[in-house]
Amino acid sequence: MTPPATPATPWLLPEGVAVGASERDLGVYLHVPFCSVRCGYCDFNTYTATELGGGASQASYATTAIGEIALADAALRDAGLPAREVSTVFLGGGTPTLLPAHELARMLAAVADTWGLADGAEVTTEANPDSVTAPDLAALAAAGFTRVSFGMQSAVPEVLATLDRTHDPARVPDVVRWARDAGLAVSLDVIYGTPGESEDQWRRSIDAVLALEPDHISAYALVVEAGTKMAARVRRGELPMPDGDDEATKYELAATVFDAAGYGWYEISNFARRPQDRCRHNIAYWRSHDWWGIGPGAHSHLGGYRWWNVKHPRPYADRIAAGTLPLADGEHLTPAQREDERILLGIRLAEGLDVGAHLVGRLPGLVSDGLLQAAPARDGVALLTLRGRLLADTVVVRLTD
Amino acid sequence: MPPIPSAALNARILPASTPAELLRNFCIIAHIDHGKSTLADRMLQLTGVVDARAMRAQYLDRMDIERERGITIKSQAVRMPWQVGETAYALNMIDTPGHVDFSYEVSRSLAACEGAVLVVDAAQGIEAQTLANLYMAMENDLTIIPVLNKIDLPAAQPEKFADELANLIGGEPDDCLRVSGKTGEGVLELLDKIVELVPPPVGDPNAPARAMIFDSVYDSYRGVITYVRVIDGQLSPREKIVMMSTRATHELLEIGVSSPEPTPSAGLGVGEVGYLITGVKDVRQSRVGDTVTNFGKPATTALGGYRDPQPMVFSGLYPIDGSDYPALRDALDKLKLNDAALVYEPETSVALGFGFRLGFLGLLHLEICRERLEREFNLDLISTAPNVIYKVTMEDRSTVTVTNPSEFPEGKIAEVSEPVVKATILSPSDFVGTIMEMCQNRRGTLLGMDYLSADRVELRYTLPLGEIIFDFFDQLKSRTRGYASLDYDISGEQVANLVKVDILLQGEQVDAFSAIVHRDKAYAYGVMMTGKLRELIPRQQFEVPIQAAVGSRIIARETIRAMRKDVLAKCYGGDISRKRKLLEKQKEGKKRMKQIGRVEVPQEAFIAALSSDGDSKDTKK
Repeated sequence: MTPPATPATPWLLPEGVAVGASERDLGVYLHVPFCSVRCGYCDFNTYTATELGGGASQASYATTAIGEIALADAALRDAGLPAREVSTVFLGGGTPTLLPAHELARMLAAVADTWGLADGAEVTTEANPDSVTAPDLAALAAAGFTRVSFGMQSAVPEVLATLDRTHDPARVPDVVRWARDAGLAVSLDVIYGTPGESEDQWRRSIDAVLALEPDHISAYALVVEAGTKMAARVRRGELPMPDGDDEATKYELAATVFDAAGYGWYEISNFARRPQDRCRHNIAYWRSHDWWGIGPGAHSHLGGYRWWNVKHPRPYADRIAAGTLPLADGEHLTPAQREDERILLGIRLAEGLDVGAHLVGRLPGLVSDGLLQAAPARDGVALLTLRGRLLADTVVVRLTD
Repeated sequence: MPPIPSAALNARILPASTPAELLRNFCIIAHIDHGKSTLADRMLQLTGVVDARAMRAQYLDRMDIERERGITIKSQAVRMPWQVGETAYALNMIDTPGHVDFSYEVSRSLAACEGAVLVVDAAQGIEAQTLANLYMAMENDLTIIPVLNKIDLPAAQPEKFADELANLIGGEPDDCLRVSGKTGEGVLELLDKIVELVPPPVGDPNAPARAMIFDSVYDSYRGVITYVRVIDGQLSPREKIVMMSTRATHELLEIGVSSPEPTPSAGLGVGEVGYLITGVKDVRQSRVGDTVTNFGKPATTALGGYRDPQPMVFSGLYPIDGSDYPALRDALDKLKLNDAALVYEPETSVALGFGFRLGFLGLLHLEICRERLEREFNLDLISTAPNVIYKVTMEDRSTVTVTNPSEFPEGKIAEVSEPVVKATILSPSDFVGTIMEMCQNRRGTLLGMDYLSADRVELRYTLPLGEIIFDFFDQLKSRTRGYASLDYDISGEQVANLVKVDILLQGEQVDAFSAIVHRDKAYAYGVMMTGKLRELIPRQQFEVPIQAAVGSRIIARETIRAMRKDVLAKCYGGDISRKRKLLEKQKEGKKRMKQIGRVEVPQEAFIAALSSDGDSKDTKK
């Protein structure tokens, strides 16, 4: 593999991305593209080899990513963006905790040194229940991490097996306790609709999540993505295709039980105990704030410009080593596209979406179809009902066509 | 060297001055793929009118569709010189359409001849349509020359089929000529036989001219080219002529014979076959079966047999892309110039948008028109299920003619009558049981059954036309492994217990799916169509009932369950571009949705529901 040709001039952000930037928060996403095992359902950009060669190994990854942070800083300055402290940092993957805690700390330190962390900044890392220890979590907290999101997925061994998750469910309470002891806020990720999962099994997972009293819960419907091992198994008839009606039933169950337990929804798939427990980093995505995604395949957004990095860690590392930003491609959104995004992202939030005067006329029909709540609609705010949360795509099409 | 006459001999057979006794007018009767065109081509070559170099396989079939399907839609006439002994003769070969839909044109072609060459594939034997045309030729007292073609084929069984032919037309099996259009074997002898056996035409050269139109073809450069057979008198260039059915007058801009390219002549005399050009632009002004006479010296009585073409099968035709509607209209206007039998009027469907209701002579006519529209005019079309014409008599004795199920009247109906046909099916005897079952299921009445030979049977049935236009032909072919052949002829009307079945989507009628069926079949149609639509229509955010109804009575029901979930559960930074593109696609898709009440249906669903078992293009070849 030959590295891509190095551009003669460093890549410049397009004009206009600075407009209104001071009104928007700046977030940083750090992608860690490594896992010990690839799960059958996963189509994320992740690799299980420890050594990908050419500076793309797990051992040198933090250094490479820190290289991109420096290039990002230069690009932001060149584009005339105002200096902004970083409000939120999110380490995702892959499995970030597959790297040693001090490496994660080093990446966070580079962010802080480059842009500064705002007061009360939210700093999250994803973690697998079987990839962290109590000392790891303490080290992360000491380094400035405030929050950890555990990929629990299910409390049921058979379901975990279908998902290829290797962790022992019995370990989850331990890691949650260790995180709490370290002073970290805890979020649990769960998946519903795994092929073969019964409603009862899902109920057991819900109960298990609530018993752990996390601060935050993310509940996702399983999507069988093309090209995954699971898609092949479904195609061969080894696994049933997840059924939309079954997923709808499970979502309604979870949303109702979570709500009764004090976890209100603030986004279609996200539930938090208190407003301050909501994931601010993710809210920034749905509010179209600015963020820089560091790492192979990471996506970024600045003032209506979206781009994404090359996917594979090896050419990624080559580009960083050559002193150029590793972007693969990007798109400059038209005003109509930005409006589409404003609606399709904003509608997901429980605080509702102020649709604007031109769309107010469409709200009554959506209310009478039971998709939007009536009271906010009278003030021009689209706020989904429980039924509407499951049919959000329909609502978006009806607001944007 | 084949006997092509010398120049001196040819001078005796010039158009307009050939004595009738030197003329021989004949046609070829054959089934679609029994080699008629190849044989005709071989005759053109042997008589020297087309040299081998200019030979295009199947010279006479002009249109691409005809050449590809190997069938003849439009007949033409070619004049060929031939010498027998010391005499030169002019042979006029009149090509006949080979399909049941065009039987009227066939009858006019036959009426222009004194003899018919009956061509039968020596490996397959006679087929139903050929038999029907043969009977028509025999009724017209034509001299029949039986010919077994393709004797070069290893599978040829000339003895067996010679017996069969002898049984059908009388005479001895030995009278059957054995030829191969492909190798040319036996074709010289056939030409000689035509001269020997076909009687020369008889007519009065001094009477006012009477010429019968047996074909009329639109040519984009020359306007309508009319093919005629002169019975009495003479037609000459530049004179004024009259069409006797309409009394319309035209000037003869050109008159001539095809050999095979149009060649102007000094006129056409008794018994001669040739073409006329008058500058008219629409074949409706020069109709098959009409009689042409002189304006200055008009005949008093027309030749018999003229008939307006009657459309028997109707279907809605819609552009798949609604913006193609004006293009479809223009295309139909052009197609009509060349097709006197084509009728159409605008029609609007809730499901399919703007289109036309077309009337056709039959199913093949429908298919050919549709294919020409798609191919020559580059249109993507969807057609509704074909239906026949119904006469509905109300209790107050008023009557309504229905060519579209949506015109079926509400209220108190006294009776409904439908067209019926006499159908002839030829098949290997093994399939008799299957065929009888098929015909019985389609309300057929057996009229008779005869063995043509030890293992081939002719079955005669009365069947409602409406029962055979849908998929009868395809079913017949597939259940008899392609061996059976069908011919039918409209034989009248019958009163039947017919009802209109409507399809309702959430209570709204979907016009394109209404059908007029026998009461006993209404339930089956309702179950079939509601079931199909349930599969094809995507789930909506509310439950959608699909019902089949006769009047206000629901006879079948399916339900599309409400869609409960459409949202992708997660949507983070890396998902946004993809999600927005998906939205753009959904919005684009929604534009193509048809709104039936509150239900959004992709047009593809309607198209699939209409075409999934009506699509028979591949099975017919």
